[in-house]
Amino acid sequence: MNLLPRIRLEKRLDTPRWLSVVTPILSVVAALLVIAVLFGLLGVDPVDTYWRIFTGAFGSAYGLSETVTKAIPLMLAGVGLAVAFRARVYNIGAEGQLLIGAICATGVALFVPGIPDGLRLPAMFVAGALGGAVWALIPAVLKARLRIDEVLTSLMTVYIASELVNYLVYGPWKGPGEWGFPYTDKFPIAAQLPRLGATRIHYPTLILALLAAVLAYLLVQRTRWGFEIRVTGENPEAARYAGMNYLRTVMLVMALSGALAGMAGVGEVAGIHYRLRYPQGISPGYGFTAIIVAWLARLNPLGVILTSLLIGGLLVGGDAIQLKGLPSATVYVFNGMILLFVLSGDLFTRYRVRLEFPGRVAVPLARPEREEAA
Amino acid sequence: MSIWAYIFSVLQAAIPAGTPLLYGTLGEVTAERSGVVNLGVEGMMIMGAVTAFGVAQATGNPWLAIAAAALVGGLFALIHAFASITLRVNQVVSGLALTMLGQGISGMIGKRFIGMPPRVQLKAVPIPGLSDLPVLGPLLFQHDVLVYIGLLMVPVLWFMFYRTRWGINLRSVGESPATADAMGVNVFQVRYLAVFFGGLMAGVGGAYLSIVYAPAWIEGMTAGIGWIVIALTIFAMWDPVRGLLGAYLFGSVRVLQYRLQALGISPPLLNMLPFILTILVLMFSAGEAMRKRLGAPAALMQPYTREER
Repeated sequence: MNLLPRIRLEKRLDTPRWLSVVTPILSVVAALLVIAVLFGLLGVDPVDTYWRIFTGAFGSAYGLSETVTKAIPLMLAGVGLAVAFRARVYNIGAEGQLLIGAICATGVALFVPGIPDGLRLPAMFVAGALGGAVWALIPAVLKARLRIDEVLTSLMTVYIASELVNYLVYGPWKGPGEWGFPYTDKFPIAAQLPRLGATRIHYPTLILALLAAVLAYLLVQRTRWGFEIRVTGENPEAARYAGMNYLRTVMLVMALSGALAGMAGVGEVAGIHYRLRYPQGISPGYGFTAIIVAWLARLNPLGVILTSLLIGGLLVGGDAIQLKGLPSATVYVFNGMILLFVLSGDLFTRYRVRLEFPGRVAVPLARPEREEAA
Repeated sequence: MSIWAYIFSVLQAAIPAGTPLLYGTLGEVTAERSGVVNLGVEGMMIMGAVTAFGVAQATGNPWLAIAAAALVGGLFALIHAFASITLRVNQVVSGLALTMLGQGISGMIGKRFIGMPPRVQLKAVPIPGLSDLPVLGPLLFQHDVLVYIGLLMVPVLWFMFYRTRWGINLRSVGESPATADAMGVNVFQVRYLAVFFGGLMAGVGGAYLSIVYAPAWIEGMTAGIGWIVIALTIFAMWDPVRGLLGAYLFGSVRVLQYRLQALGISPPLLNMLPFILTILVLMFSAGEAMRKRLGAPAALMQPYTREER
């Protein structure tokens, strides 16, 4: 006889507010516990490692400034993804859109003459946003016109963008003054973003990111477009019946998330590196990590501000543990596990979970006082 | 070297280069046929690669290494299976998480293997009789055993898919899980098995990289092969035979990448090809009728639940 309980899920009609706040926090805690066990199995002291990550990211002025620095691209890209995912449009190509943004900014910084110094940086941001948006519109148009799933096409465009960067920095854009390194020449001063004191915080981009979060929140919650985005995500059929233009929503959220990811790319080349370099040098997967950031924030653009700082801190802490001989890949363990747990935790907000033991009455795990929605 | 000899040498090298792609693709085709997309191929492969290298170093037995890699790949896939089939989380994001996890864990495990000279190497085993055939002999029958097994898997899977009850169940679960369920097929079991098999194959593909193709452990050594597998699965339109052609075709691209560099053709441009080709294939195969004819599983990426039928 089968003695294992069977898991049964019942759809919730509405999610209590406290649950949608508590769940992601508990998910992260659970993920950290599982990672601790895993580290133990791999012979790595989890307590010491966690402590190093925490102090590395938040325990010093330098650590904090680096955390904010890494949160900038995550915040920009994460805000856009939160809006897109809200409409259930799965743009997972933010990494590519970020790289295209970096390419466009570099093009404007190095190869477009005649722009007044004061307008150089704004022009780079505009070019980067446009480039990112256009890149994101490739999967959007394919979805709208040919009904091709955007997940796969947006993913493919990441690798095309990445190879495009490689092509440029190893080929036509390779800087003659860079001793054979795959870099472009350094940007002129007018194309370099100012930083906060001695830190690497390129604050104009940070301000843009915070602004984007607030505006995106208002867009989603307070405007007609936002309403359409939410309805499309929650119930595409209803959206269609209500006469909402599904294709327009797809294009809108893809272009928006692409533009924001593109701006993140501008920030990286104009605020950190002052040049275009090989793709992994510009972004250690910020576009993918932004997916976690958005999900962790439960697709709330304002929440992204917080989660981007958290994950940014994790990246910085990850650098700190490298000094102790752990590989840089360690941080991916955190990324993957947290994402997995947050995703699974999401389940508790959407469904009520019941365990059914054979031969016994169903045991409700949550909110037993609720009536069945039959 | 004549042009024919050149083409021949490219093709000959393309077969080992395409073999990890072939394993990964056959596995992913099977998983997707059941309606589950697993974007964790890159993660499962790299786990297979690190496991195989580690076991080969410890035991000196390549077969044990390959078996262990397959098992680890399969177990890894079960994480995705549990998340996407039982918990019904978003398949795309869950697969992505699996890839990150694989890259991370393999990096941690593999740290001690970096720079180690490989203890074992799978030698080429010419097949007696067949290897003496003109042209075909050296092209197909003078490789290592994993190449042959991969080749053999193609007709076996084709037969399984289209000529057995097991295959009908698999495909019906991917087409219409509700109907399959009504017919008495255990949808969850079929999907779990298909995803597990996908992991086994990805694990072997990874093992091929670290103990046969380029015997060594290098962090992140799969270098995007898992993503090419995702592309190839669509390129092959969920068919094992087209998967074979695609794997060897993309294998030639990998070979040409190095050779054409000498002629001044930029490798990055060639590296883009698989991804551009896949988008083009998607475009040409768009449209409901065409998708059906080419075999895209209708219930791809849709979790199944009995309650919400």
